[in-house]
Amino acid sequence: MAAHRCSRSALLLVLCSLCLFSIAESQETTPAGDHRATGVDNPQSVTGSTEQMAEQPTVVEEEEEEEEDRRWEATRDEVETENTSAPDTSAPTFEVHSSVPKPKDDFQEELVIRPLHSGDIYASFQFRTLWETDFTTGNKVSHYRLFPKSLGQVISKFSVRELHISFTQGYWRTMQWGQPFLPSPPGAELWVWFQDSVTDVDETWKELTNVLSGIFCASLNFIDSTNTVQPSASFKPLGIGNVTDHRFLRYATLPREIVCTENLTPWKKLLPCGSKAGLAVLLKSEKLFHSSFHSQAVHIRPVCKDWQCKTKSWELRQTLNVVFDLHTPGQGKQEWSLFKMFSRTLTEACPLASSSKIYVDITDDPQGEQFEVSPATHLLSQAMVLGDRRTFSLYDLTQQITFGTVRSLNLHIRWKSSEGDMLRPLLHAERYVAGYGLQTGEIHTLMYNNHPYRGFPVLLMDSVPWYLRLYIHTLTVTSKGKDNKPSYIHYQPSKDRVRPHLLEMLVQLPPNSVTEVTVQFERALLKWTEYTPDPNHGFYVGSSVISSLVPSIVAMDTNSTREQPLFSSFFPCKEESSYFMRVYTEPLLVNLPTPDFSMPYNVICLTCTVVAVGYGSLYNLLTRSFQIEEPSPGLAKRLANIIRRMRGVPPL
Amino acid sequence: MGLLSDPNRRRALIGLLTRLNAPIWGMPVDWLVKTMQSRGLEVFTQRFSRRLPFPDEDKERYMVKGTNVYGILRAPRAPRTEALVLSAPCTAGDHNNQAVGLLLGLAQYFRNQVYWAKDIIFLVNEHDLIGMQAWLEGYHHTNTTGMDWSPLQGRGGSIQAALSLELSSDVVTSLDLVLEGLNGQLPNLDLANLFYAFCQKIGVLCTTQGKLQRNDWDSVSGYSHAVQTMMLMAMKQASGRPWGDHGLFLRYHIEAATIKGINSFRQYKTDATTVGRLLEGMYRKLNNLLERLHQSYFFYLMSSLSHFVSIGYYMPAFGLLGVILLLRALDLWVQLASPPPRTEDGVVDADPGVLSVLTPLVISHLTGAALYTLPIHFQEMAVEHFPVSETEAVVLTAIAVYTAGLALPHNTNRLLTGQGTEQGWKVLKLVAVLYLAVLLGCTALINFSLGFILALTLVPVAAFVTPNVPKVLSAFVLVVLSPACTLLFSVFFFQELQEMPVSFLDGWMLYLSVISQGILDHALYGSLVYPLVALLVYPCWLLFWNILFWK
Repeated sequence: MAAHRCSRSALLLVLCSLCLFSIAESQETTPAGDHRATGVDNPQSVTGSTEQMAEQPTVVEEEEEEEEDRRWEATRDEVETENTSAPDTSAPTFEVHSSVPKPKDDFQEELVIRPLHSGDIYASFQFRTLWETDFTTGNKVSHYRLFPKSLGQVISKFSVRELHISFTQGYWRTMQWGQPFLPSPPGAELWVWFQDSVTDVDETWKELTNVLSGIFCASLNFIDSTNTVQPSASFKPLGIGNVTDHRFLRYATLPREIVCTENLTPWKKLLPCGSKAGLAVLLKSEKLFHSSFHSQAVHIRPVCKDWQCKTKSWELRQTLNVVFDLHTPGQGKQEWSLFKMFSRTLTEACPLASSSKIYVDITDDPQGEQFEVSPATHLLSQAMVLGDRRTFSLYDLTQQITFGTVRSLNLHIRWKSSEGDMLRPLLHAERYVAGYGLQTGEIHTLMYNNHPYRGFPVLLMDSVPWYLRLYIHTLTVTSKGKDNKPSYIHYQPSKDRVRPHLLEMLVQLPPNSVTEVTVQFERALLKWTEYTPDPNHGFYVGSSVISSLVPSIVAMDTNSTREQPLFSSFFPCKEESSYFMRVYTEPLLVNLPTPDFSMPYNVICLTCTVVAVGYGSLYNLLTRSFQIEEPSPGLAKRLANIIRRMRGVPPL
Repeated sequence: MGLLSDPNRRRALIGLLTRLNAPIWGMPVDWLVKTMQSRGLEVFTQRFSRRLPFPDEDKERYMVKGTNVYGILRAPRAPRTEALVLSAPCTAGDHNNQAVGLLLGLAQYFRNQVYWAKDIIFLVNEHDLIGMQAWLEGYHHTNTTGMDWSPLQGRGGSIQAALSLELSSDVVTSLDLVLEGLNGQLPNLDLANLFYAFCQKIGVLCTTQGKLQRNDWDSVSGYSHAVQTMMLMAMKQASGRPWGDHGLFLRYHIEAATIKGINSFRQYKTDATTVGRLLEGMYRKLNNLLERLHQSYFFYLMSSLSHFVSIGYYMPAFGLLGVILLLRALDLWVQLASPPPRTEDGVVDADPGVLSVLTPLVISHLTGAALYTLPIHFQEMAVEHFPVSETEAVVLTAIAVYTAGLALPHNTNRLLTGQGTEQGWKVLKLVAVLYLAVLLGCTALINFSLGFILALTLVPVAAFVTPNVPKVLSAFVLVVLSPACTLLFSVFFFQELQEMPVSFLDGWMLYLSVISQGILDHALYGSLVYPLVALLVYPCWLLFWNILFWK
């Protein structure tokens, strides 16, 4: 109850600041939007804009003559002025389309490869289909070109405004790998914003999960009211639209979901080229599932078509992230190539794609000292990714020259030295169950803020199944040994067998600190039919979600080594100063008090015995007719009786 | 199984072992961290410190400070929910270097395999059990014994099973499986079966209680061999102390066992590779587990590695002993219920007041409380006034309190007004007998061996003691069957079973050290035997002592 008292004012404050922030954002982004990217995004959502930054790097083609020293010459400011001064010179891909009758849909594919500090390789595929159509206003959409029909029908039938679904096998190791481009929790995660025209959201949600279960061949049909929550603040719409009433939001995770080929195949079928051409030929399951981490996702959201946002189009973004383990024993040289990783090479772009690109992250190695990428490319691109300015080598698959004389592209990276220390990720979290015994326990969530001097607020969302009965009065938040009072708490208690606990908190993380959130729970004793077939394995509790605007590394960098004009670098500009980040903790495996399930078997045996013996004898007693049998008289008596009868005397 | 079949790998392991065989002082933390990192593990350390309540003279430690090093091998595509632990204690000197070397070798080999579904934690703990206790408390964020430890940085979810490795000598002839854990807890029998199955498969000599298995069950010598093995297990279990690093895992419902390399069967020899293959096999099996081990028995006594006596067979033996107490209680109840016999002068015995029963009860429990608290609290005073060390002071204080207790209840009757009545001792005995029955019953459920051994000695006493038996002889028998003397006999018997008989003086020294170890076990790891004996069993025995001297 303390939560409600303290949260009332805090909530107001948060809402106010959100409004202000969104206005500021929209003012900033709208004029700066270049044609195909920035203006598309929802002005409200921070994620959108950062992601946009991530996937639409400004591309600069350098002159051939400058290639030998491979230095980055053009500063970011120059690029920006160029873009803003000439907003009507379209990007090359669009110019091609503008000359012919412009189709209303568009497909782009790209692959980002990032060598990680741990020596692993991170490959991230993104496939994006844009379609300028309207699923919502009654008229039936029947002609599909690039957009998959199955998803289009789902959108129109269930009045979906936004749909985000991810299947992940493995846990993203933030401490070794840094931040992923698109975070996702282990198992399956699904969150959907419905149109405000939907009357019975719960029923629609139920039908939708069952349909998606069929489309993706996953056990999403296990999503029911006991694992669905409506987060009030953690999950905001990423597309356009101004409805943020969380009654139309549903969020569920299935931490136990195992992702394998049967989920990959339907996912690949949604692509316009299938796995026949383009980057998708690399997606061979025998290699993708021979990795340390695998995550595939589908995101659908409405976005603006032009910078004035007069028309709306639907964006379908399919992503696949995979981390390959490159650990080799001994001091052998580490090598990596497209063929080694995916057992395929690239020969062409998807013919339907308007752009098809491969980026290789070479930020850590601008001089080519640590690793060597071949074939060399003279295309460089720079982008702000997760608050960091990254440099990429770019391979454009739509250009024939990329494939060279052998007509196939086999990217090759060779490590020369494996030195280099990774910057600790600024935000990082972990979670575990403390205590022993099967009665009570304590959930500890640790949130690390590794920023040296800046604190920032994070939104922590925890959804705990009902069979762990949280004692919310034991909730403590401490950082640096002191009590840290959350400024906003939203707690929805569970109902047994109906709905889970939902706990959302806005916590300020002090700089360079660990914040620990603990809450005690009691383990419920389930009914005997409620146990899973393997009760001694334990029961899963989904990941907690930590969403935050993190101060960016670039803003931290006061004396930038990059040569920048002095006038441009005093005040950090908005989108550089902080970026949106979502961190998922590991799911928990909790043992509940479990009866000995061989006991029912024993009971059955015992009962059967008792019934057989007891019933048998009782039945025998009830049905048998008892008669008193005359004892047959002895031989002497019989003789005597015969004699007596002959004499006429009554027998003995 | 391809472990170490590769000559390069074998050479690396041998190099490691020889480097480790060089004497080291303290644990080489930095070297371990670096080595584990180079093998591709996520490495973390944990510092801990602990001041013992009094110096441990057996292991020569008082202020303990140390560091645990552990590396986590992350399973590919696993969500960090389950883990297995392989631990090796590492102390100053070269006691367990073989095991640490093998652990590192296995870590390197395991890292390159693709089949892991659970994270594997390789733990090198300093100061054996204290380090293990610190690590487990850190991992589960509990603090049951008041130890100082730094919080753990990396975890692998809920631990499903653990093995601890101790290879004390360079030459290993056979592997011994140690199961007895804290408070007599045992891991699931399937863990023992797994070990036995792999030993059979690989052809390693395996033992339990250091005794080989014999196949001649029907012969007398074979039978007595099995009985000896079982009695050894019962005595170890009854002691309630962890007999290896695995013993502390059991509190957290983690199935664990210690594998000890021993050197006592000259004709056989097992090299590190074979032990490694055995461990690899066991970990692969445990890795494939979908559920925690739960199918087999948790309560058993092993007469050899392949034979055991389950709870269904041994509990009746205890039950028969318990029945004696219940029958005796029934008898007393009937006697008390029947009208009191008229004495010759026609005076009826007055009803015994509540006080006459309550006073001995309270006084004997106060004596028990003194036995529990005084030894540790009075050590400083004792050291000042007597020429003894702290440890001796603690043990001797305990013995002194124990002996003084014999005199105390003797005088309780003086506190009461008037003579004790015939009815009085019967009521007291009824209470004492029921008390003992409940106490032993509960003990046997938690730690069967302890309950059984206590029942063997205390039940006859409880059955025969009345104020009317010959005083001197009964007093002698009572003292001989008291818990302290039981412990003394157990020490000699245990040495006899282990085929290491000791002289009386050595036995006495051993007895003193056993008492100090028992008190330390309670303080360090939370073993319950010392408080159980001091607070419950000893007062209960004092009640019978009181009955004998009833006036």
